[in-house]
Amino acid sequence: MPEVTLVGAVNLALARAMEDDPSVLVLGEDVGVDGGVFRATDGLLGRFGPERVFDTPLAEASIAGMAVGLAAQGFRPVAEIQFSGFIYPAIDQMVNHAARLRNRTRSRLSCPMVLRAPNGGGIRAAEHHSESVEAFFVNIPGLRVVVPSSPAKAYGLLLAAIRDPDPVVFLEPPRLYRALKEEVADDGRALSLDTSFVIREGTDVTLVTWGASVVEAMAAADDLAADGVEAEVIDVACLKPLDMGPILASVERTGRCVIVHEAPLTGAPGAEIAARIAERGLMSLVAPVQRVTGYDTVMPLLRLEKAFIPSTRRVIDAALRTLEYA
Amino acid sequence: MAVATFEIGFTRFLDRSGEVVQPLPAFASEAKALIPLYRSMTRLRMFDAKAVALQRTGRLGTYAAALGEEAVTIGLASAMAADDVLVPAFRDQGAQLWRGVGLVDILAYWGGDERGSVAGPSEDFPVCVPIGTHFPHAVGVALAIKLRRQSRAVVCIGGDGATSKGDVYEAMNMAGLWQLPVVFVVSNNQWAISVPRQRQTAAATLAQKAIAAGIPGEQVDGNDVIAVRHAVDEALAAARAGRGPRLIEAVTYRLGDHTTSDDATRYRDDATVSTHWAEEPLVRLRRYLTAQGVWTKEDEEAMQVALAAEIEKAVADYLALPPPAPQDMFDHLFAVLPADLKAQRDTLAEEEALHA
Repeated sequence: MPEVTLVGAVNLALARAMEDDPSVLVLGEDVGVDGGVFRATDGLLGRFGPERVFDTPLAEASIAGMAVGLAAQGFRPVAEIQFSGFIYPAIDQMVNHAARLRNRTRSRLSCPMVLRAPNGGGIRAAEHHSESVEAFFVNIPGLRVVVPSSPAKAYGLLLAAIRDPDPVVFLEPPRLYRALKEEVADDGRALSLDTSFVIREGTDVTLVTWGASVVEAMAAADDLAADGVEAEVIDVACLKPLDMGPILASVERTGRCVIVHEAPLTGAPGAEIAARIAERGLMSLVAPVQRVTGYDTVMPLLRLEKAFIPSTRRVIDAALRTLEYA
Repeated sequence: MAVATFEIGFTRFLDRSGEVVQPLPAFASEAKALIPLYRSMTRLRMFDAKAVALQRTGRLGTYAAALGEEAVTIGLASAMAADDVLVPAFRDQGAQLWRGVGLVDILAYWGGDERGSVAGPSEDFPVCVPIGTHFPHAVGVALAIKLRRQSRAVVCIGGDGATSKGDVYEAMNMAGLWQLPVVFVVSNNQWAISVPRQRQTAAATLAQKAIAAGIPGEQVDGNDVIAVRHAVDEALAAARAGRGPRLIEAVTYRLGDHTTSDDATRYRDDATVSTHWAEEPLVRLRRYLTAQGVWTKEDEEAMQVALAAEIEKAVADYLALPPPAPQDMFDHLFAVLPADLKAQRDTLAEEEALHA
């Protein structure tokens, strides 16, 4: 099995989906000759040709809007938005059209499209290149919102997203694009889009996270284990629809929960998860739910971004705070 | 350095008196052939009036009548082939009706029932309410048609207000770049709700906005259904033959309120509107048909009686349409309802049962 990076796994999944299904198209800014600014679409133009992999003019609203039209015609467009800070014009198309088309027409038309974008900071990029935007999308009815945290997840979840009959927003953490490699079998097997993943088992505290923050949560769990604290780590991966099953089951055992995400605190998916724990798992808790997140500040420029992004230290401290309750 | 010079043509066949001002296109060479257009425009006007009356009496939601713009919406639809794709805005019930959507479907949609958007040609889009945001959809549909090497095309309609949107320019730019089979029609009714055409843009015409996108733009008399039909005919023929997109600005006038929620007397006086009644599209066509000896007072009366009966029947069917079950709001959101939403659906059903 080849070892690939997360961005390599995205590339592998795109190629596999295009190989398997001639209706899959890749479009966006610089996705063709350049292979994408992160190289996620590298080599696809040569392999699948300019009718299936094409550069668009620089127009985010119409990249998404054109994908709606293509999808309504039965194509499966995978549209790339180059950086998360440029995704906002495309939200109009996602909320007003992509997410509503099936419902508006009682399934006469549907919208099997994927909108891919990098999401989050940590790559010393310019202003407007490092925002975490998942909160905007999870409030949109009719969309699925997926955030991979590893090469294997990126491969399996992106395949699932492309094959899904409804629109999916697929937010890739650029901090992880080349941070680690793992073996990924290019076997065309998709993961479920309806599942949260338990990626480390433990009995003392539950760490709930997704995307790039999975790295800090896992590092914190290692560190805590050295002190005899066994943390269970759950990678939510699919933020909408949200699978609370593994989270509630874990909290029932541990009685303690720390939610970790890079997006700003207020109104982000962490708030939803905490609310659902309060609704359905409150009696299991022995300590208040903790949240370790980005602050409600503008995403700082690169000199301060490390202070913004939840660190392993902050996750450990939050876990230890929950342990202060008997 | 002049890199481009341009002229914006203006086409009219029938003037306000119903006089022919230049040789008619082939489809109009027999006056009788225009009767279906006249009938459909009259049907639309009568239907719109009924819909407004229903709204005024609390039996319909907000409604956007096409009063004064009948020639645009009927004319463009009449030029389309069955397998062309319509991407309409919210005032295009006339085009939808021409293409087979039922009166009862239009009423259902504006009466608050999504089932009203099911009928019609299977690939046509439902009406678009957020201004101009459907223009990129037309690009996507046209790209799909081009990729499949099909000989058909897309017609996308917006108002003068939509031409202020970036989406519309983006769509024209992409359609021009890729020479896509799409015809953009701007129904310039002179008003973006309360803002008149001259306070929307410094451009002398809306048609010339196409020039910067590298596509042809032209104006037609939007109150002359022959001119609209002819321009869209030609643009569709070019699009289907791989010669790329066009923009047609149909110059017309909104004789009514923006919608039933609007009161146009707040921003324009009746005297101005009255002058535009002299230009409206139905009278000039009727004058022409009458002068040609293919339409009589008796024909007019018989048509109006038949249309009134058809509309009354549709209203009765609409009013008898049972509302969807509340759970219906969940049932078409996804191909397969996710478990998380199924729980919410169950909660709604339980509450409904509890309070039934």
